[in-house]
Amino acid sequence: MTPLDFVVSLALVSVAAGVLGSLIGLGGGVVIVPVLTLLYHVDIRLAIGASIVSVIATSSGAAAAYVRERMTNLRAGMFLEIATTTGAVSGAYLTTVLPTRFLFVFFGLVLGYSSFATFRRRHSAEPLTTSNDRIANYFDLHGSYYDEAEQREISYKVVGTKAGLALMYVAGLVSALLGIGSGALKVPAMDSAMHLPMKVSSATSNFMIGVTAAASAGVYFIRGQIDPVIAAPVAAGVLLGATFGARVLGRITSKTVRLVFVLVLVVISLEMLQKGIFP
Amino acid sequence: MTDVNGPAASHGAPASPARVPATEGLARSGSRRPLGPEEAAAMEEKVRKVELAISLVLRIGVVVSVLVIAVGLGLMFAHHSEYVSVFGHFSYQRLTSKTTSFPHSFGALGRAIASGEGRGIVVLGVLILILTPVLRVAVGVLSFVYEKDPPMTIVTLYVLAVLVGSFFLAAV
Repeated sequence: MTPLDFVVSLALVSVAAGVLGSLIGLGGGVVIVPVLTLLYHVDIRLAIGASIVSVIATSSGAAAAYVRERMTNLRAGMFLEIATTTGAVSGAYLTTVLPTRFLFVFFGLVLGYSSFATFRRRHSAEPLTTSNDRIANYFDLHGSYYDEAEQREISYKVVGTKAGLALMYVAGLVSALLGIGSGALKVPAMDSAMHLPMKVSSATSNFMIGVTAAASAGVYFIRGQIDPVIAAPVAAGVLLGATFGARVLGRITSKTVRLVFVLVLVVISLEMLQKGIFP
Repeated sequence: MTDVNGPAASHGAPASPARVPATEGLARSGSRRPLGPEEAAAMEEKVRKVELAISLVLRIGVVVSVLVIAVGLGLMFAHHSEYVSVFGHFSYQRLTSKTTSFPHSFGALGRAIASGEGRGIVVLGVLILILTPVLRVAVGVLSFVYEKDPPMTIVTLYVLAVLVGSFFLAAV
């Protein structure tokens, strides 16, 4: 396989990763990392570098559309970034201290549980109308969005800000330590803990993952994990896919988004368990 | 408008309009009273401008980075005919293995770009993509200054400081 074949075929796979990632608020690393390591036999360190590029591409490509369509909760997203960026920076310096295999098993189990919890919530679509959460009220993190599938404006209140912040810190930590799973923790944090509507959780997670990834991307670049021949087709393909995926989210129902998310979460959790148990 | 003062206070605000969904999430942080109708309309317009500005910044970052990456790839293939030949035996793995060398410091990147090396220009495009979210946070800081919302301004300033700090920490 010549470099040209590699670039073209990887770009096509990346388009699919971008569509999936933009729909459910993940970075597409769930597709990119296994494809690179198993199909193309690329070193895992370079695959994780490519995954970080994929996360930023999904985020910027999809968020441009979601923000303009008012699907993203800008205030909540920017507020929660306090925790994700802090987590990402602390994670980048804990890599050498923490046992990665144990972390893979631990977060494999956490994501397995959260896929189960999200699945149980599949019928609940009604957002909250009141909130006693003092932080959410002070920063006015509540919002509303126009649901194209239901053809009505849906306003919602935010609760559980403290739990949300704690989970976001962990999401940032995981993103820096393991290179995958940042969006997989952000969406349940907003959907289950903070009661944002599923589509808003997905769009806001999309908005945030780029910043979380950027906080550790500098370290990855200096360490030489960002190989241009891998990063170029990933960035271009994912951007194209994410731009397309962002057009779809508004039209499908929250239940569909949640079910697709659960499926992908199960795959990520198995992937993590495999990495921890049979590395 | 939101129940920032608790239920008792919002009952005592006769000037406030009936619950209009579109004004959710429009009040300023820590405001002691709900916004009046004109204030809410002005605020909505401001918030809309901010949304469009953030969306535009992301779009520009994405388009510029894709163009630079495309130019870099084009140069790389133009300079190395062995990368494209259909019957060639040059494996992509020589460019994607552990031992492959490519610019990963700012000095090396500068030299690669100066000599017109395709992969150096690709790295530049990828760096533009990586910096797009940072630029987006910077626009967020300006937006909350524009919305006259000090608590959210501080929040976004903190995020920007952590991001910029992470790049400096990585470089040393």
